[in-house]
Amino acid sequence: MSSRRVTGALLAVAPAALVVALLLAGGVTVTLLQALMPTAGQSGMLTLQHFQAVLVAPGFLASFGLTVFVSLVSTVLTLILAVLTALSLRRMRRLRGFVTYIYQLPLTLPHMVLAAAGLMLLSQSGLLSRLVSALGIIQSPAGFPELVYDRAGLGIVLVYVWKQVPFVGLFALAVLQSVGEDYEAAARSLGARPLQAVRHVLIPLVMPGLLPSAIIVFAFVFGAFEVPLLLGARYPSMLSVLAYRLYTDVDLALRPQAMALSFIIALIVFALVGLYRLVIAVAGRRSWAR
Amino acid sequence: MGEVRSQHDAPEGVWLGRLVIAGIVVLVLLPVLPLALYSFAGRWLYPDILPSDWSLRAWEYIARERSGVLEATLTSLGIAGLVTAICVVLGVPAGRGLASLTPGPRAALELLFFAPVIVPALAVALGLHIVFIRAGLADTVIGVVIAHLLPTLPYMVLVMTSTFTNSDNELEYQARTLGAGPVRAFLIVGLPTAVPGVLTGALFVFLISWSQYALTLLIGGGRVLTLPLLLFAFASAGDLAVTAALGLVFLAPAVVILTLTARFLTGRSVALAGVAGK
Repeated sequence: MSSRRVTGALLAVAPAALVVALLLAGGVTVTLLQALMPTAGQSGMLTLQHFQAVLVAPGFLASFGLTVFVSLVSTVLTLILAVLTALSLRRMRRLRGFVTYIYQLPLTLPHMVLAAAGLMLLSQSGLLSRLVSALGIIQSPAGFPELVYDRAGLGIVLVYVWKQVPFVGLFALAVLQSVGEDYEAAARSLGARPLQAVRHVLIPLVMPGLLPSAIIVFAFVFGAFEVPLLLGARYPSMLSVLAYRLYTDVDLALRPQAMALSFIIALIVFALVGLYRLVIAVAGRRSWAR
Repeated sequence: MGEVRSQHDAPEGVWLGRLVIAGIVVLVLLPVLPLALYSFAGRWLYPDILPSDWSLRAWEYIARERSGVLEATLTSLGIAGLVTAICVVLGVPAGRGLASLTPGPRAALELLFFAPVIVPALAVALGLHIVFIRAGLADTVIGVVIAHLLPTLPYMVLVMTSTFTNSDNELEYQARTLGAGPVRAFLIVGLPTAVPGVLTGALFVFLISWSQYALTLLIGGGRVLTLPLLLFAFASAGDLAVTAALGLVFLAPAVVILTLTARFLTGRSVALAGVAGK
């Protein structure tokens, strides 16, 4: 490739790259600087006191624990349902277009609508509770499990699983197609029953291919904001919500702590991006070696 | 292959498959159902499964000018439209450029465009807010538009990169050998073949901006009122009927856009579609 063509290509990328880099690096850098700024009246250039204050604050560990719990449970449930649904969808011929369309619907629906629908469906006086009551299983709203405003974030988990199953599921479908039918056919000809072939041959083949999308799903839930803001308990709140509450608190002295926390969230997610690139690179090398 | 296929149609697999597919349809539609019910609900005591009387109150309320819904809808449309236009203008050439780079610099730039897709809005929004206050962009529509470029522009660039990587460059080379300059060859030959990709990217970028909550809330400071902000206000105030009606208005573009693009959502673009739904 001639150097003129490379220059042309770089010039074409430059405006977009500049805008994104400025917004991303600018946002993160200013966040860090604000977090390192000493409180007015104190000496010294930069300080780690706000990071320290956030990390030892009683709410932090609870928020961190909740965030990891919700992200982990959502990711595992999403993976299981995605593989299960992809396995069922892969051989569909009749109605395939319609079912795939319905399946993809959650991908495009805004989180805020889902959170609102979650409120109507999952609350103790919600639609599900009414259905269960009609079946005679519970007698009053209090008999229905707390799924919204609950301390374990179960409503948040359900909304995210609902939203992200098709994302991983469509990946799983693509991986299943690339794996092909040979391995399964071999297992079948060696005497495996259909479900045995799926369990012992297909699923182990598909799972590694889903690792990157699992990391993405984990990162998405880790940074969740509006869903926990609407469906979460007042305490503990997920990390993004905690950062927002610190930032908008009437006590302005908490703002640097909000900045520190928001920088910590960014660091964790950047680490996840790094992990994602690593996983892709390793997978690429492996398939190349094969 | 015929023999294998008939083995796959063994009863246990078929029934389990059908069950799962019925489950998919029910579970996907389940959360949409309460929106329709609540938006028309009048009196609805527990444990009635259906409202005891139906009402158009919520719909009449959001149609009234005083509710601010029309204004918020126009604000949302304006912001998302402007964001989409900027993304197309900057993103299409960037995607073309990225697609023609060698693997080294391409990977580095792709990482730059991939990072904002994953990084949560809140992790950047607080710092941006400080910058935007100093620049006089906080609490303004223009400020919100610029902030929305962070989740949207990288997405557009990645979609366009994937479109141009998969497209055949032969025709453009032919145009070049016939004497067209690089820009002219791209505009006359390269761009038209990329139109489906541009449309898909643009529609999803519109949707990302339309759905954006955190950045609008912080940068707009509550002064720039878009639909999701109103929706949150009604939902947290507990007016579920109005929330449901607003929710249906808010999700309409998502359904339309999925219908328009469903057949493009295969292979690699799937990943990007999922990313749009962060």
